[in-house]
Amino acid sequence: MTTTTSWTVANSRRLARREGRRRLGPMAALSHLALLLWTVLTVVPILWTFLASVKSEDEIFGDAWSLPATLQWDNFARAWEQAHIGQYMLNSVVVVGFGTFGTMLLGSMAAYVLARYEFRGNRAVYLLFVSGLAFPVYLALTPLFFVVQNMGNVPLVGPFIGLNTHAGLVLVYIAYSMPFTVFFLAAFFRTLPQAVAEAALVDGASHTRVFFQIMLPMARPGMVSITIFNILGQWNQYQLPLVLLQERDKWVLTQGIADISTAAGYDQDWAALFAALTLAILPMLVVYTVFQRQIQSGLTAGALK
Amino acid sequence: MYNAHRRSLFLFAFLAAPVTLYLVYVISPYVQAFYIAMTDWRGVSATPEFVGLDNFVRLFSDGIFWKAVTHNLALLVLLPLLTIVIALFFAFLLNVGNGRGVGGVAGSKFYRVVFFFPHVLAVAVVAVLFQQVFRPDGSGMLNGPLMALGARPVGFLSDPDVAFWSVLGVMLWQAVGFYVVLFSAGLASIPRDMFEAAQIDGAGRVSMFVRVTLPLLWDTIQVAWVYLGILALDVFAIVWVMTDQHGGPDFSTTVMAAEIYRNAFHYFRFGYASALGVVMFFFTIGFTILSLRLSRRERIEY
Repeated sequence: MTTTTSWTVANSRRLARREGRRRLGPMAALSHLALLLWTVLTVVPILWTFLASVKSEDEIFGDAWSLPATLQWDNFARAWEQAHIGQYMLNSVVVVGFGTFGTMLLGSMAAYVLARYEFRGNRAVYLLFVSGLAFPVYLALTPLFFVVQNMGNVPLVGPFIGLNTHAGLVLVYIAYSMPFTVFFLAAFFRTLPQAVAEAALVDGASHTRVFFQIMLPMARPGMVSITIFNILGQWNQYQLPLVLLQERDKWVLTQGIADISTAAGYDQDWAALFAALTLAILPMLVVYTVFQRQIQSGLTAGALK
Repeated sequence: MYNAHRRSLFLFAFLAAPVTLYLVYVISPYVQAFYIAMTDWRGVSATPEFVGLDNFVRLFSDGIFWKAVTHNLALLVLLPLLTIVIALFFAFLLNVGNGRGVGGVAGSKFYRVVFFFPHVLAVAVVAVLFQQVFRPDGSGMLNGPLMALGARPVGFLSDPDVAFWSVLGVMLWQAVGFYVVLFSAGLASIPRDMFEAAQIDGAGRVSMFVRVTLPLLWDTIQVAWVYLGILALDVFAIVWVMTDQHGGPDFSTTVMAAEIYRNAFHYFRFGYASALGVVMFFFTIGFTILSLRLSRRERIEY
């Protein structure tokens, strides 16, 4: 009896599919057309920028779609050196490197404790962190500027964490990454089994050791997702550095790029602007192509929780 | 006893640094902002004086503030609506839209990878990129072909009637791919049998979309709505970097965040800027609570 039923189901599915293919043929073609249209919309502005990055100044001001007579690789050298893109990129790498490391270390510690230990005030601390998800950062902008400025007056460490310092920006990044990191990782730690950690504690391992040697490795998938989320978020941050880093040589990449286009004047180097844009986009493209699966799941993970 | 002591020492050690950083850099500025909003603080040297709600009274007669609010509200309606409609359409095509009615069209992985890419780019970079794309003469990526066809060039960023739509367009360009992937993930978690069963029962594409896909994706759509709404209320970099005169021409694209930044760091009106921030805070909180309330619906278990 069961075999008959499943045969019927399988058969009717096959029939339905065959039927569907015949009926929806033109629809599939239209689907591809719509999808191709959006592909073109997505890709063309980026390719156009790449193209302009090897044009000469005159060609850039000429017909938008003309091809360059000779490839002006020199644009990249000028963008790297004179427009300081190399310096800005290095600054970004340093700030995001330390920022994300600090965020993951402190965020996972807080999330772990809040998710797995009962103590008075646990709920309050958790809500304090999570409430940050709902605040617009712009409300805090003015006071934050003065908080960081005042940090500069703290004895000993002051000069390293005040305005116009990378360490100061790193601390701010860590603090502002806490709400989402704690929210996400606490949820993740709650799903992990209790038994392994308990066994280790019984065997005499310290709480700290249990965290670093057992729980953190077990939380790896969640850690990877949220690390990617934080790297991209901090790499693309523009608002906070704009307020906190005003000295040119301290700037991060987003500030540098935004500045070349607004730094008006007749000596504006448009060719270098396109080269600088390309230098900002290409590494992302490469990293994205290699890690697109992890990046997509890392960035959407938060929304699906 | 010894163990209990060790445990609380551990808890303290693990929480001290994150909580301290968070209190100093996040909570304290937010709390201070509410106080500063009620002062006439204008700079480092001047001592702030308490002025009560004066800043808020001034806000209400500030035409630029109202323009900013109008633009944020327009984005709040248009950005989620358009993004979700377009993204749902593509997600449906990619996952359920092949000839058989179940499973994606050929190459759906490729489309997903391409569509998502703008999302990983910094908004500031995208803003500069589109500033060039939108150039007002024949050297612009869009105006070049337009003029070649004999049309008049469009002032994408220089025409006050057009500039806002250019901003919206760029935000869509960057947002859609993310939500295509998000909805695809949502669709992938719906058992295939649902679609097959609906199809066997004679459901066409449209009724399949309306009666099967939409209800089962409702949770994800709700999340998308909240995210996009907050994005619309928070928009800053795209306006500040891409548009003429940071929110122009003639304030035709300005938004609340841009006015906060302008008042605080160009005019040094810290009190007034904070009052703006407080208003923005209530918009954001109001929106979040309202949308969570309105969209609450029975969750469909499967």
